[in-house]
Amino acid sequence: MTDATTTPALDKPAPILSRHDKRYRVTMYRYVGVEGAHTLDFYRSHGGYEAARKAITVMTPAQVVDEIKASGLRGRGGAGFPTGVKWSFMPPVDARPRYLVCNADESEPGSFKDRYILEDDPHQLIEGMLIAARAMSSTHGFIYVRGEYYLGLQRTIAAVKEARAAGLLGENILGSGMNFDVTVHRGAGAYICGEETALMNSLEGLRATPRLKPPFPAGAGMYGQPTTINNVTSLTSAVHVINNGAAWFASMGTDDSKGTKLYQISGPVRRPGVYEMPMGATFRELIYDFAGGPTFEAKAFIPGGSSTPMFPWRDEYLDMHMDYGTLAKNSSMLGTGGVIVIPREKDIVNAMYNVVRFYAHESCGKCTPCREGVAHWLPRLYQKLLAGLGTRDDVDLIQELANGIRGTAFCPLADACVMPVQASLKWFRDEYEYLADHKVPRYQKSDWWQA
Amino acid sequence: MIELDTAPPFFADKPDVLQEILNRYPPEGRRSALMPLLWEVQDAERHIAEARINEIGQILGITATEVKGVMSFYSTYHDHPVGTYHLQVCSTLSCALAGSDEMFDYLSDELGLVNGERDRDGRFSLQKVECLGSCGTAPVLQINDTYFERVTRSRCAHLIAAMREGETPEPWRERGGDTEGEEKAKPFGATGTSEDGER
Repeated sequence: MTDATTTPALDKPAPILSRHDKRYRVTMYRYVGVEGAHTLDFYRSHGGYEAARKAITVMTPAQVVDEIKASGLRGRGGAGFPTGVKWSFMPPVDARPRYLVCNADESEPGSFKDRYILEDDPHQLIEGMLIAARAMSSTHGFIYVRGEYYLGLQRTIAAVKEARAAGLLGENILGSGMNFDVTVHRGAGAYICGEETALMNSLEGLRATPRLKPPFPAGAGMYGQPTTINNVTSLTSAVHVINNGAAWFASMGTDDSKGTKLYQISGPVRRPGVYEMPMGATFRELIYDFAGGPTFEAKAFIPGGSSTPMFPWRDEYLDMHMDYGTLAKNSSMLGTGGVIVIPREKDIVNAMYNVVRFYAHESCGKCTPCREGVAHWLPRLYQKLLAGLGTRDDVDLIQELANGIRGTAFCPLADACVMPVQASLKWFRDEYEYLADHKVPRYQKSDWWQA
Repeated sequence: MIELDTAPPFFADKPDVLQEILNRYPPEGRRSALMPLLWEVQDAERHIAEARINEIGQILGITATEVKGVMSFYSTYHDHPVGTYHLQVCSTLSCALAGSDEMFDYLSDELGLVNGERDRDGRFSLQKVECLGSCGTAPVLQINDTYFERVTRSRCAHLIAAMREGETPEPWRERGGDTEGEEKAKPFGATGTSEDGER
């Protein structure tokens, strides 16, 4: 797309890298917060299900996959795997059922984008699932909603019923002969279900422990059948790719990260919340221009959910582009795009203990490094330090333990815990050592770990 | 508590509900109905008793131990009854930065409960939980299935007063971010000056 100021010159127009760019417009998040936006009537009267109609009645499955591939859309759940490539991994159609699973088990601390889509725009998600189902010829879909998102669950169930009644789900969708229905499944509070193979186990009625890969889900997933698992906002992004074309999507963002994304910001800032911005916008734009800046003097920020290594509050890091490549280069991750600002008055050791405690609680117990290291040793070492009983040896032990656990666990959960620990030691080792040397208790009185 | 062997089966008079849940999943995935069945029992009885575990096992053709194994894996299934008002305080980083520890202490003092406890008349139970996905509108208090976001001390006091009167408080919807203008979060512990501190 071009605007009036750029002549259709020989070279391509500059990519959109900021929400201040006049060419940028909000797509995925535009009806969130609007009264009644969760109903089919509202969604349809605002152009809803046109992308699904186009994908199902005009395009072939291969064309849909190619369009998504050309858009450069990468998975929005955290890992950033190219969505179109993932879709193309599905084996050729045969008599077997083919499953599509939407991962709406959003539990990463600092992330809350999917919740608002489920609550205020569930039809957008269903439309995204229809497009994905068309692309992969899926026969049945599941939406795995985390158990605590009760309102989102109710609205999603209601939306599925509405869509079914309107002939948008079920048999012979839009007269095309395509059959696809969706089951909404309620989770019950387990972070590990965000891992795709654990999510499949949970859906099958098993304990949600991750499975060994390979076989990958596309080969043998749900009930051993070909399966693809996508995040909520990967699927909703597909709606707008089909609506506006791959070129529109690829006109935003940096070389390796295209399109638009829901960023979240929390912690002590003036206006925390979800902001839809193009990929490649800077942290400064999100934190200062949209969230209004910190309300307390800040000392660090977590770039993309609690599992991503933190950065100290310095200009060079605030001016980083929020895209997969830039953050990987700075030995962190974009993750879910959930920025958490940590104020100076908050002790880093205490903040990290909070994060470690989360992962300790959510460790599934399948593999030894995570069950022993993450679930027992790390939180106990932090407790010792915070109780004013630690020594410098304990700080070294935390470092050693984190280095030892990194890359040795069965699934990414243990890495998600120790990478931020390593980063906090890299930037704020002085705070750990201060606690070890001065033996100041910083222990929360209402700590539930002891209960 | 519902006694083993004496209580009539939960699904005996609800064949339609049972069939609807089983029909949600493909025939090869009968066991997938386990979590929805557990939810169905818990929503009605506020916990999942031993007798119900046996019953669900029989329905799905698996042992009670397997049912228990799955049930105990997840945080939100209870094997003992929770209060009429089950208060869950998010304690993870964003909420902790916004004062959820103070909120928990306040609720704990006000209700005379420690973490995981239910009061004698079964009205309130209090629990600290991990991230509820409300980081932008922290701190969050979940009462039964409803989120109460940006809870301040005064909002908390109102909620408790309403619940003591036997009322079910109405949630206020706040989303923050793109959906609202200049409104800013008020940290739970804030008493006026600190929230406008220097940046």
